[in-house]
Amino acid sequence: MKNNNPFFLQLALALWLTLGANAYAQLKIEITGFGSTQLPIAIAPLKGEEALPQRLTDIVAADLARSGVFKIIDSGGLNPVPSEPADVQYPTWKTRGADALVIGSVSPLPNGSWDVRFRLMDVLKQSQLTGFAYQVGTNQLRNTAHKIADAIYEKLTGDAGVFSTRITYVVKRGTRFELQVADADGAGAQTVLASNEPIISPAWAPDGARLAYVSFERRKPIVYIQSLVTGGRTVLANFKGSNSAPAWSPDGKRLAVVLTKDGNSQIYLVNADGSNAVRLTNTSGIDTEPNFSPDGQHVIFTSDRGGSPQIYRVPVAGGNPERLTFDGSYNVSPRYAPDGKSFVFIQRASGRFNVALQDFVSRQMQSLTENGIDESPSFAPNGRIILYATEVRGHGILAAVSSDGRVRQRFSADAGDVREPAWGPLIKSP
Amino acid sequence: MKKLWLSLAVIGALAGCASQEAQKPADVMEGKAAPPIVETATPTPPPPPSKPVVTVPTAPVVRGDPLDPLNPASMLNKQRSVYYEYDSVVVKDEYKPLVTAHARYLSANRAQKITIEGNTDERGSREYNIALGQRRADSVRQMMILLGVQEAQIESVSFGEEKPRSQGHDETAYSENRRSDIRYAGDK
Repeated sequence: MKNNNPFFLQLALALWLTLGANAYAQLKIEITGFGSTQLPIAIAPLKGEEALPQRLTDIVAADLARSGVFKIIDSGGLNPVPSEPADVQYPTWKTRGADALVIGSVSPLPNGSWDVRFRLMDVLKQSQLTGFAYQVGTNQLRNTAHKIADAIYEKLTGDAGVFSTRITYVVKRGTRFELQVADADGAGAQTVLASNEPIISPAWAPDGARLAYVSFERRKPIVYIQSLVTGGRTVLANFKGSNSAPAWSPDGKRLAVVLTKDGNSQIYLVNADGSNAVRLTNTSGIDTEPNFSPDGQHVIFTSDRGGSPQIYRVPVAGGNPERLTFDGSYNVSPRYAPDGKSFVFIQRASGRFNVALQDFVSRQMQSLTENGIDESPSFAPNGRIILYATEVRGHGILAAVSSDGRVRQRFSADAGDVREPAWGPLIKSP
Repeated sequence: MKKLWLSLAVIGALAGCASQEAQKPADVMEGKAAPPIVETATPTPPPPPSKPVVTVPTAPVVRGDPLDPLNPASMLNKQRSVYYEYDSVVVKDEYKPLVTAHARYLSANRAQKITIEGNTDERGSREYNIALGQRRADSVRQMMILLGVQEAQIESVSFGEEKPRSQGHDETAYSENRRSDIRYAGDK
């Protein structure tokens, strides 16, 4: 059965993730730095949520706090706890310093699912800003909490929330490699592929239901596409030589990949079923790490055609590549911002590798990190956060930095090396 | 000017110290215009021809074909790796005999196929390192093709930084990991 309904995919995915392979210890997140302004918000316990395995408001508060742009105001010691607008004693919340307040309820439904309601109240104007009701199964409660956080974030900042999105990354434990998918808060990690050979360069399909990646399980790099719904996978590119660096076009119909079938590493466009590989770049050097512009019109990539690896942009329709970076002798791993106005990349300076951001129009470049061993940057779909890989005490970990460089997060795992992160797309709710 | 002379003198002195050999031309130059009969002209008896060096294998005598890379006792079985300088894809002179020996075997055995696996150290982008490792493997491949190996006998691939031989994080480890390995179809 072919079903492209995103809601179906999401349901199926939730089911698959629940039934999937063993969950491993989740990534723990540590935050340093805060936004220039922090919105004070109080989150009252949802009436009835104590019956749930985990309080939803704890998840909502953790999401909002992690973004660095909210200050969570204490909501304890109230009796009764307000759950409807008529219950809210606004002066109390004003005294506590909250500008916004979350209230709501959770109640069981006869079919075993849950009715979850929340309202976001403006404490100063004493009015409702937004509110939603959800009917969800127990296994969707955590995701519902992330959706509540998304709705709050979007209403109060104007940007899309990314708390209900997912990330992928590779964990190396000894000689074992695992491609995993987890919630954006690091919870609910599931193994998509386990192998005794390396796995690199996972890339999300725009529908959030498939991953392309490079696996070395057959003693050479081969690009696969794997469904997160069924777990089934297909070979995208297995030509003579090396096959690597997959990148999806925004419509999900094609990918850019790097092949060496005609000699050196060059960028090709290939249909998502692996057919019709057409060469996009043509040099006698290295062209690699392609990434599509959000409008699908351009590809940015790394090339050593000028003598050192630098970042270039080429129209997908063909034409002359234009060099974008000039500062330094090693600029690699470019990724477009979701608004297409800038790109992140890794810049080497004095032997140190850091994440940098460059504006397409002004060509202004800004260093965002200073760890010195950073790689594989990837934008959150709202453009506000950049996820990347780094090391702490010799162990690979994931870290994130806000696009203004102010808020930093570290995702620490219990064991193993975590690397090759990629942030998944926004999946629109039905 | 004086300083310049001084430093030249120092260089001269240093050069003089460098080896006895370096002093001899100076002696000749300083000699009178007369035919340069200097000590070195005195014929010294040539060293006796050295005896042919015979390396006695400490291991048991090679069994089977010594040039069969699939024979565990063969040198072609043991010498499979070409090492590189940082950021370089050039096959250094010291590895050319190794590549040539494999190329000869492959030219004589057209049915035999190999994979050349390029590797890099861990520094830099993983995908860029895949491309760099590919160029290393291709440099060996190109040399073999020039030596007469058929293109269809060779596949060059890259592991980038993903399969390091040494797990260390220093130059010793890095130099071991900047490498192309020759792998024969039929190898375990």
